[in-house]
Amino acid sequence: MTQIFFYFLSGIAIASSLLMLFQRNAMYSVLLLLVCFFAVAGLYVMLNAQFLAIVHIIVYAGAIMVLFLYVLMFLNLNTSTSFSKSNLLRLAAIFTGGMLFLVLFSSFYQTQLQYIPDSLHAETGSVQTLGKVLFTEFLIPFELTSILFLSAMVGVVIINKKEQSNG
Amino acid sequence: MDNTGTLSQQLVTIPLENYVALSLILFSIGIIGILMRRNLIVVFLSIELMLNAINLLAAAFSSYNNDPSGQAFVFFIMVVAAAEVAIGLAMLVMIYRNTKTLDINALNKLKW
Repeated sequence: MTQIFFYFLSGIAIASSLLMLFQRNAMYSVLLLLVCFFAVAGLYVMLNAQFLAIVHIIVYAGAIMVLFLYVLMFLNLNTSTSFSKSNLLRLAAIFTGGMLFLVLFSSFYQTQLQYIPDSLHAETGSVQTLGKVLFTEFLIPFELTSILFLSAMVGVVIINKKEQSNG
Repeated sequence: MDNTGTLSQQLVTIPLENYVALSLILFSIGIIGILMRRNLIVVFLSIELMLNAINLLAAAFSSYNNDPSGQAFVFFIMVVAAAEVAIGLAMLVMIYRNTKTLDINALNKLKW
């Protein structure tokens, strides 16, 4: 049962991300990647990482993808794009990616992964455990993320400010 | 709680290798997308896909080794990804305002 569920979710993730590459319309690419993100969130639930699943949906589906869609609509880009690379370059890109996959996969194939067999019973990914970890062990990085976000916000405003005519 | 216990008992039947293989596949698809497409938005989406593959890998290792620091790390990666998307999309809008296109071949001034 869980095997079927895992293969179903990973099939959705792989298929939607592959379809995302071959869409002419950028709007459909964004929506297909959204489907992929929901499948990944389902995989987080299967890993017993509830906190990550919720945060993943909130951050990616709720913030990042909405931002992408907003920019697409804002720039009025929801039409099919006419420019694309030549077939030779596309083949070269697929070949290069396939070679990278081959290298990664062969190194993974030769590795003996070690894990604790009953670890998924534990409450590793629960909100309680991760809250304790984030507010004790990772307290300083956690607080520093607020500064990161503040600087990102200021950066966005400065980047998109219109140039002053007197400058 | 009893229900989740039986659920996670079934979860152990999926080996960790499956998760690693899935994240490798997603990462390679992201690389192919970056190399293959000329639309800036799709290149950004491929970067997001690669970040997701890495997140899934870290979360899988963390769950299977009963170590919550891995999942805390995934949380920080998500934070950085959100900031990166905000800055990146702002730059994308600026590029569109200056060049009137999202073709990456319009940005070849730094190419030798």
